[in-house]
Amino acid sequence: MNDSATNETQAGTDAAGDEKVKLLSRGVKVFYGDKQALFDVDLDINENEVTALIGPSGCGKSTYLRSLNRMNDTIDICRVEGDIILDGDNIYDKAVDVVHLRARVGMVFQKPNPFPKSIYDNVAYGPRIHGIATGKEELDGIVQTALEKAGLWTEVKDRLDAPGTGLSGGQQQRLCIARAVAVSPEVILMDEPCSALDPIATAKIEELIDELRENFTIVIVTHSMQQAARVSQKTAFFHLGYLVEVDETEKMFTNPSDERTQGYITGRFG
Amino acid sequence: MSFPVILGVLVLLTILGFFVGRSRAMGVVGGQANQLHSRPHYYGHFIGAWCAIPGVLLFLAWVALETSVIESMVIASLPPNLANLPQAEMNLLINDIVNLSRGDVTSRAVVETDVRAAADFYAQLKSSSKTLLLAITVVLALAGMLFARARIAPDLRARNRVERVVMIIMIICSTIAVLTTIGIVLSLVFESLRFFQKVAPTDFIFGLEWSPQTALRADQVGATGLFGAIPLLAGTMLISFIAMCVAAPVGLMAAIYMSEYAPAKVRGAVKPALEVLAGIPTVVYGFFAALTVAPFFRDTGIELGLVISSESALAAGMVMGIMIIPFVSSLSDDVISAVPQSLREGAYGLGATKSETIKQVILPAALPGIVGSLLLAVSRAIGETMIVVMAAGLAANLTANPFEAVTTVTVQIVTLLVGDQEFDSAKTLAAFALGLILFCVTLVLNIIALSIVNKYREQYD
Ligand SMILES: Nc1ncnc2c1ncn2[C@@H]1O[C@H](COP(=O)(O)OP(=O)(O)OP(=O)(O)O)[C@@H](O)[C@H]1O
Ligand SMILES: [Mg+2]
Repeated sequence: MNDSATNETQAGTDAAGDEKVKLLSRGVKVFYGDKQALFDVDLDINENEVTALIGPSGCGKSTYLRSLNRMNDTIDICRVEGDIILDGDNIYDKAVDVVHLRARVGMVFQKPNPFPKSIYDNVAYGPRIHGIATGKEELDGIVQTALEKAGLWTEVKDRLDAPGTGLSGGQQQRLCIARAVAVSPEVILMDEPCSALDPIATAKIEELIDELRENFTIVIVTHSMQQAARVSQKTAFFHLGYLVEVDETEKMFTNPSDERTQGYITGRFG
Repeated sequence: MSFPVILGVLVLLTILGFFVGRSRAMGVVGGQANQLHSRPHYYGHFIGAWCAIPGVLLFLAWVALETSVIESMVIASLPPNLANLPQAEMNLLINDIVNLSRGDVTSRAVVETDVRAAADFYAQLKSSSKTLLLAITVVLALAGMLFARARIAPDLRARNRVERVVMIIMIICSTIAVLTTIGIVLSLVFESLRFFQKVAPTDFIFGLEWSPQTALRADQVGATGLFGAIPLLAGTMLISFIAMCVAAPVGLMAAIYMSEYAPAKVRGAVKPALEVLAGIPTVVYGFFAALTVAPFFRDTGIELGLVISSESALAAGMVMGIMIIPFVSSLSDDVISAVPQSLREGAYGLGATKSETIKQVILPAALPGIVGSLLLAVSRAIGETMIVVMAAGLAANLTANPFEAVTTVTVQIVTLLVGDQEFDSAKTLAAFALGLILFCVTLVLNIIALSIVNKYREQYD
């Protein structure tokens, strides 16, 4: 309980600063059947910032991330309680259309999951279903911009008709990012986006995340302390289903206030 | 003494050999199993193999040759007046001798003493043959055991040898399946060639009329019969097409419901229930088609002013379609469920609705597998006989009208071979030619289906 009090203060300071809170969680509990996976999570995610979620395996990072765009709805036994507020509206409200919500809160997954379609169609898929483009040319433009933002355009511009599944792992992951970006969401959730990639591809994607921050709000789950330190402005540490501590990334890594955070960051457990 | 007893003895000796081998191996190294090249039981199997394999080979050879060897010995013992009979009478005589030796009645009014003596000789040979076999088997097995036991040493590579023996046995088993297929195909080909000597292949493959009745007297009309396969192929395609029109949409919808919408409990109940459809004997479907569905269509036709014959392609095709629904639904359901959850979440994550996700992501991803399941269902429809016999009739009409009676390749094969026939008339041989066509068609379909399914497999590995 001590922790959540800290969080409240923290959230308060942030709200008072010049940053705008994009996604606000209050008392979020998640259950899988009878088993509770998340306990009373209060967390503010600022606009145009990268927020990193860290913590030992099984502590509920993915569960929390997936509750932010209601991806947990696809799991029958999963139940979410509490409030998650996106720009002032509770996303678990009856009136909210989950399809619309997910267009605003996009997601990139741990394993690259391109559709078995061409590179072009992968990126164009989102804009097409949402009717974003009015003509072929506009769609071409959207696809190109998205691929450029994902740093993939120069590599694939000559083979847009080739299947997306034929790309390398790192390219596939950037394709998935381009696919998410193409719908122009407001928030992008990333669940360990680099865990299947080599250091060079990882570096590319980290660079990319930093650039995307200008236009999007990003929440990223990662197991790599260095990655969290490199890309994020704010870091939240989860442990056993509780949000233990959340703070400016620099402060978290130099001077954490909770000794569990200290222990995890210095590698004493996890 | 009988064959099972001999086999039993062989099995016992083999088991004995196993224990001998294992304890010998342990003995050689003074109980320190880690000094052996292979684990102790491999030495047991090693001796077991040496006991069993020569015995089994001998046994098989004996079974194959025993009868003919004994018969020729009996013939050789006959007095000259009987020994020089023509072939046909000799066969009869042998038959009688065999029957007599078993104490049965014979076709002979009077049993000559010579024949009686031959029968006794036969019976005596038979029983001594078994005794001899038992003796040789035991000797062989024991010799094998001793030979192998003498070779057991710590560095004998028993595991490698035993594994090679097992591999050879597996190769033999798989060869049996392949050889059977080859045998069937060869017999189809040869009998078809005989048919094509009587009827020109072009007449058969391109002929538009099928009336295989051959005349009893030479001067009758249609003495040669007409063997044009086109009406049969057309009928087969018409009925299969109707069946697929029923099975493909119903099966696919059911598959999509089961894999994407149904709660786990419903799926657990519906899937087996649908698969029960596949277990109903086809004759039951045929019964249902002939007595319920076909008359219903005919009566409906009368109401609507259509002429629908009481045996129609429509009735047979519809019922066949229902029969093959589970082939489509069950296989497609497996394929759709195998589409990774990550693809679904990828689409949901972009804000796709459930139906968009299914139509634009899941079905395209599962398409090769779905096509495979449809093709397997088509092969099943083409091969189906009973429903067509009962509901679509036997008339070889060349028509595309589903309200008329038609017949199919399989049905004609059945009718050609039912009843007493000479085995080399064009009529019976035609059945082989039809079988060959059917085989080729289903083979091609299966090859296409398998290659599509294989392509699908590569995608998610
Ligand atoms: N579909 C599910 N059904 C039941 N329990 C689940 C399910 N998904 C997750 N859990 C449970 O919820 C808890 C949190 O899981 P979660 O996947 O959020 O952990 P995580 O922090 O993302 O771990 P990792 O770092 O290994 O990805 C775990 O105890 C897990 O067993
Ligand atoms: Mg996770």
